[in-house]
Order: sequence, then structure tokens, then C-alpha cells
Amino acid sequence: MTTATAIRIQESALDPSRAVLNHRQPAGEPWLHEVKRGQTLRIVDLEGNQAADIIFYNRNDVSEHYSATDTMLRQGGIYLTTGSVLYSNDGNAMLKIVADTCGRHDTLGGACAAESNTVRYALQKKFMHSCRDNYLLAIQHADVGITKRDLVPNINFFMNVPVTEDGGLQFADGVSAPGKYVELRAEMDVWVLVSNCPQLNNPCNAYNPTPVQFLVWDAE
Amino acid sequence: METFTDIPANPPDIDPVDTPAAWKRFAPELSADKVMWSEVVPGGAHWSFVMPRGSALRFVALEAGANASVVLYSAREKLERYNMPDSLKAQHTAHYTRGHVLMSDMGRSLASITSDTVGWHDPLGALLDADLLKQKYGTRAFEQYRNAMYRNGKDGLLIEIGKHGLNKRDLIAPVNLFSKVSVDEEGRFRFAEHHCKAGDHVELRFDMDVLLAYSTAPHALDPNPEYAPKKVGLVAWRCGSAAADDYCRRFRPENARAIHNSDMLYL
Repeated sequence: MTTATAIRIQESALDPSRAVLNHRQPAGEPWLHEVKRGQTLRIVDLEGNQAADIIFYNRNDVSEHYSATDTMLRQGGIYLTTGSVLYSNDGNAMLKIVADTCGRHDTLGGACAAESNTVRYALQKKFMHSCRDNYLLAIQHADVGITKRDLVPNINFFMNVPVTEDGGLQFADGVSAPGKYVELRAEMDVWVLVSNCPQLNNPCNAYNPTPVQFLVWDAE
Repeated sequence: METFTDIPANPPDIDPVDTPAAWKRFAPELSADKVMWSEVVPGGAHWSFVMPRGSALRFVALEAGANASVVLYSAREKLERYNMPDSLKAQHTAHYTRGHVLMSDMGRSLASITSDTVGWHDPLGALLDADLLKQKYGTRAFEQYRNAMYRNGKDGLLIEIGKHGLNKRDLIAPVNLFSKVSVDEEGRFRFAEHHCKAGDHVELRFDMDVLLAYSTAPHALDPNPEYAPKKVGLVAWRCGSAAADDYCRRFRPENARAIHNSDMLYL
């Protein structure tokens, strides 16, 4: 078995006491928040091994969204870490990862859904809570023009989903741990659509979904 | 028309419907009473159509190194569409071959891969766009080159899904049939050259009524410095819906449930 090594650890110099936002996101809950161009967003895995499922949209034109395929193509590979630029479906840089103490984030695992749970586990699991229900709840309430068609492949921060040389997809042990964080600088005004993953059927949250923390700093 | 430089003649009035039985060249073992239609697609071209449940579409690489980028939507409800992450994680795979199914975001099998001589089709969704094409190959515009102009896969798919009322936000990660992109231990892409041979084929059986769009433009990671898209043969035929002992249905328990979920739409 191969061990992926493309991990670039970079600590941040930003001071949490100077953050303009400090938000605790409860386990299993959705959140939609705006981050302005130039602001820095930190996501903290408070208790470790918690997948934070996030999609970014252009705040001023929600038909422009984070694109997993454009991001992977432009960086020539699948994992996200310090230095990765998140590209949109229009080929524009949306955010850049400027610090990362976890070292690897997933582009391929997607977000759990009631429907995909029926496929992956059992037909009768369809009533369990899921990330895509979270996304739908957040966008229905916000009513800012984001709809189901815009629920594109997301980023799973703190999740480790290696692809093997023979084309297998693994759900490996988390590389994350309590207090690990990733920081992104916004290159455009963005919506941040979050599901703090409620999945209980696999180890993506170590069978125990926990809270994550979001901090935002203004541009210096 | 086999390439964009071969402009076909108009058919004679006495025989006005020019639908030659192209399938006899590249899929002669199919029986004529089951074939619905067939055609030869030039490299770099694009088209779209609805395939009914119980029909199959065979893609045949007429030249080595072909690529066909395909996107799939439910024809009944186009909000339901192929979902790359759901399909990959349900089958614990980062490549497709016989037995795999292409799942929608609603937990249903849109199509199953029922036959495959290649062994690896790329689901990682890289798509050549206008900027990347220009960087790689330069520009060949229609004004000077007519239909031999360079065409990219993204614009081809945008044209096709636009015909069905979908726009750029609806363009999903395609499956790149005939192409192989592996991932090394650092996470980097590696495009396999000389992967698909002339005569190779892959066949999709549709488990729902599916809107399919394709482009035969080159794969975005193809290192060939020349713009050299390859011809692909297509034949649609009536194969019937998945039987109880279907290979794809039995390939994995997840696939059995996904095809079951599709069956529930057609009771």
C-alpha cells in the first residue's frame, strides 16, 4: 500500500484575538456565510477527524462555483494543502490555501446524501441526516439563488481519501487531529456553504460527529 | 463524414435519408433487428440525445488514443444527474470498467458498463477548455480553417447541454471514456499514453431514460503536442433492462441497490 506524501504543513501567524468572526459550528449542522475578497477564513477541526463539507460560490454570481475538476486539473493532482488554489467552473481563482496544519484535504469523496446512503449502506437508512439535506436547508432559507443544481462536488476538509495506483478509492484514517486547522484567503467575494458532516455510517467522522470552528480575519 | 475535412455530399432525392449502417463496420456481431442507429463521430465533435431505459450505447475507438467525454442527466428530471463523488465512493473506485455503474445524485444507476475491452475509463473529469487548448495547441479559428478548427471538450458539452435548457452551472464532471489517468502516491495525475487501441469498445446500458452529451475532443491531460482528436463509432441498440442476475447488478451490493432504485421508477 502506498502512503501519499504530498503534505505541506504551514502554520499561520494570524492572532485569533484579532479575528472579526469566531464561530463554533455544531456537529451535524449547516451554515452559509459570506467571506469578502482579501479576508482569511480559518477552519479548525476542534476535536479531530471531523469532515467539514464545503462548497464555495461567487458571492456576486452564484452560477460560478468551486470546481473540483478545474482545481485538480490546474494543480495536476487530487489533494489540497498549503499552496493549492481553488478554481471555479469559469477558471477563476476563488480562494488560496495559505496555511494548513493538517496537510491533506479531499476533493473526491463528495457529500453524503440520504439517497447515496441507500446505495452505500441500506435502503432503509434513507431517513438518516445527511450533508446534502444540510445544504438544501441552508440554501432554501437563505434564498440567494443557489439551488440543488449548484450542489456540485465539494471539498471535504480534514478528510483523507487516497487513490491507489491501481485506481482504487480508499477511505483512510484521518490525517487530522484535535486543533488542526486550514486557512484560506479569498480571492473574490464568496459564499461559504458548510455542512458539518452528520454521517454515522462510516469512519469519516470517527463515528462521532463533532463541532468545528470558523474564524475570519480582515485583510491586513 | 469521417473527419471535418470530409464534407459529405447531399443525398439524392430518391434516397433522401442518409443513414448508412456504420455499425456493420465496427460492431458487425450486433443483430440488425436490435440496432436503433449508428454513426461515425469525427474527432473533436459533439452531440447529445436521449437514450431510453433498456437501450445500450456502444462507443468504439476507431483510432488508437480516442477520448469521449460524456455527461449524463435524467431525461425526465434534469436536476438529477451523474454524480462523480457518489459513484466513486459507493464503488470504492477511481476508474471505471465492466460492472461499474454511473450513479446519479439521487442514488440511482443512470447507466451500467456492461462491456469493456479497455479496462480503465477516467472518472476524474478533466476537460479541455478554450484557454487550455490555446496554451497547448495554439489557435485554429473557423475563419481560416473552416470545420478543421480546433474544438475543446468544455465548449462542446456546453453547446450540447444548452440544447436541452441546461447552462454552465449544470455542466458536471464528465467521464472520459477510453482515457486512463492514474494518481501517484503524491496525488499527482499520470496520463497513460497508448492506452486505448483501435477497435476497443465500451458499452453503457441505460437503467433510466438518460440525456447523454459527448465530446470527442482530446483529453485535457493528453501530452500529444499536436491537436489530433480521434474518431469514435457509436451504435445504439435495444438490449433490454437489467435482469435479476445481471453482472453489474451483482458486481457490488451498492450497485444492486442503485439499479433497484432505478427499477423503482419504472414499476
